Amino acid sequence: MADRLLEVDGLQVRFFTRRGVVHAVRDVSFGIERDETVGLVGESGSGKSVTSQAIMGLVEFPGSITAGDVRWKGQSLVHGPTAAADIKRIRGNEVSMVFQDPMTSLNPVFTIGSQLTEVTRRHLGYSKMQARERALELLDLVDMSNPRQRFKQFPGELSGGMRQRVLIAMALSCEPELLIADEPTTALDVTIQAQILELLAELQEDLGLSVLLITHDLGVVAGTCDRVCVMYGGRLAEVGPIDDVFETPTHPYSRGLLNSTPRIDEVTSRLVSIDGAPPDLVAPPIGCPFAARCEACSDRCISEMPELATIEKGRDVACWHPFTAS
Amino acid sequence: MDHLTIHFPVGRSRLLGRQQQVVHAVEDVSFSINRGETLGLAGESGSGKTTTGRAILRRIDPKRGTIRFRGRDITQSSGQALRHLRRHMQLVFQDPYASLNPRMNVLDLVAEPLIVHGIYNSTDDAREYVLELLEQCGLSADTADRFPHAFSGGQRQRIGIARAIGLRPEFIVADEPVSALDVSIRAQVVNLLQDLQDELGITYLFIAHDLSVVRHISNRVAIMYAGQIVEIADRDTIYERPLHPYTEALLSSIPVPNPQLQRDRRRIVLSGEIPDTLEPPSGCRFASRCPLVEERCHVEMPSLSPRSETHDAACWVR
Ligand SMILES: Nc1ncnc2c1ncn2[C@@H]1O[C@H](COP(=O)(O)OP(=O)(O)OP(=O)(O)O)[C@@H](O)[C@H]1O
Ligand SMILES: Nc1ncnc2c1ncn2[C@@H]1O[C@H](COP(=O)(O)OP(=O)(O)OP(=O)(O)O)[C@@H](O)[C@H]1O
Ligand code: SF4
Ligand SMILES: [Mg+2]
Ligand SMILES: [Mg+2]
Repeated sequence: MADRLLEVDGLQVRFFTRRGVVHAVRDVSFGIERDETVGLVGESGSGKSVTSQAIMGLVEFPGSITAGDVRWKGQSLVHGPTAAADIKRIRGNEVSMVFQDPMTSLNPVFTIGSQLTEVTRRHLGYSKMQARERALELLDLVDMSNPRQRFKQFPGELSGGMRQRVLIAMALSCEPELLIADEPTTALDVTIQAQILELLAELQEDLGLSVLLITHDLGVVAGTCDRVCVMYGGRLAEVGPIDDVFETPTHPYSRGLLNSTPRIDEVTSRLVSIDGAPPDLVAPPIGCPFAARCEACSDRCISEMPELATIEKGRDVACWHPFTAS
Repeated sequence: MDHLTIHFPVGRSRLLGRQQQVVHAVEDVSFSINRGETLGLAGESGSGKTTTGRAILRRIDPKRGTIRFRGRDITQSSGQALRHLRRHMQLVFQDPYASLNPRMNVLDLVAEPLIVHGIYNSTDDAREYVLELLEQCGLSADTADRFPHAFSGGQRQRIGIARAIGLRPEFIVADEPVSALDVSIRAQVVNLLQDLQDELGITYLFIAHDLSVVRHISNRVAIMYAGQIVEIADRDTIYERPLHPYTEALLSSIPVPNPQLQRDRRRIVLSGEIPDTLEPPSGCRFASRCPLVEERCHVEMPSLSPRSETHDAACWVR
């Protein structure tokens, strides 16, 4: 595939904590093509943020990538003598990120303007004037009202939605090819969420961006993505085009997740719930991570790990007993 | 047979902020809840949902207005009468992490209100009943001696619910009880709340910003915007035939987990943000963002007026 931008291959990330080794990400593989929006969904603690940190080379101490690879346009960002230098060069330029917590990602003591200009001055060597021009252009690009006034304001003077726009503007400073957005709308109200999602869709179209969108909201994925990766317990459960996965989810977890989501457009008398809770990643089960909660679980599921396998073109599932159309 | 009515025309529940400014958190809100039903109270952050819920439970005093419980005015109740009331009206919190004292084990936590209200003399006396409550909330007996930190979010919320139902309250204000939980766990807790309602006939005020959950659990739904109720109706009317332009926009901005539908849906993306409750506009509070706004909207505040027997809305245009 010529236009594959990013390839995550057998990624494994572990945190070496006092409580034990946290197996945060296990054997995760997926790719992102040019112009594509890929959703990464899963519940809290399933490994979404850690996966994105690994892609950006930002896994925090006491964690590290313990196996697998991340390749940008075919070139490894993990292994080899130039990997460390390469990822530094790519990060913030070709790949940039909007982090989960909009409060902590902006420095409260600097103005919006100085934080925006800092990026282009450092990464692209812009002069003060050039950087200012670019910052105003970016604020306009993300539909901020009164860019000149915003330029002089501090993060605390902006609402959550506006701060998120600033972070997106900042991430777009150096015209990246891939934008990783970690729960960009989770902290926002739904009417503001709708504004931000629309903005992301417009930017994607106008700038030809590829996007990796991390979220736990299946509705957000349905509205914005081309493909979706469902994560559970640090592993990928299912990968496929959104229409297929939402219409005929094959993994029991994806299926359960869709069934247990109450919907605005439907009334059901009782929600189908998935009993139990996600596994402890310090001592993850040797078999399928979903086995303890799965209705289709067999002896094999408990003793043997199902690997992600292709069931039809473009659709992968990690399950010994996947649901099939027939 | 007595109709549980909470009448709530709170004119200006003003909370004093710093610098003697006034937060018009909730203004002129009226509604009633019938015995055994669930009223969903939805709206965005800061719209005044929690404040309304707390005022009903008499945890904050309204500046104006009355609250009636079972037909009796409780707005001024205090002392013994207020304590007695609290037995019948309980609160379930949003945050299952902050709302449970980490130094008490589950048995103590669930027994505490029972002892405060003199139902039991000691934790030991209460033990058997507490185990029954835990079981009712889907927790096994061995949880009783463990501490909150040993539980997941969903389990902690179950503990909070067990604590709330011990006194057999008639009315529970559930303030975002599932917002902090993951989808797969959320369904478990929603089902539990519904089962308890079926078994015990509890009446709920269910506060949430997630309109999908509200649709699922409520009989009637009230939509708040900037401290006011803009629309209230039976559930299907709100979701299928909303009148207020805010309700309409709010519903259309909620993404549906169905890609085909999501592509074809007409979405109303509102510009701007919620007005400042320190200086609320004199006309309709939604006017600055409303796609249907007319001149009159900026001048005069629309009040909630009946559109059918079960449907009230506050809008000049619709
Ligand atoms: N710095 C760290 N030290 C130790 N463990 C960590 C660290 N960061 C993450 N983890 C663990 O890695 C696992 C995956 O976490 P991650 O943040 O990727 O989850 P997530 O899917 O992003 O969840 P959320 O939806 O809550 O953001 C969790 O079990 C978490 O506790
Ligand atoms: N103790 C207080 N002092 C001053 N202002 C307050 C206080 N409590 C609430 N407010 C203000 O009152 C308004 C309504 O707040 P409230 O907490 O009722 O909103 P909410 O609808 O529950 O929001 P959320 O969805 O964020 O919980 C907000 O503008 C809030 O800032
Ligand atoms: S592998 Fe077995 S336990 Fe795991 S999801 Fe499939 S059927 Fe369920
Ligand atoms: Mg995360
Ligand atoms: Mg609240």
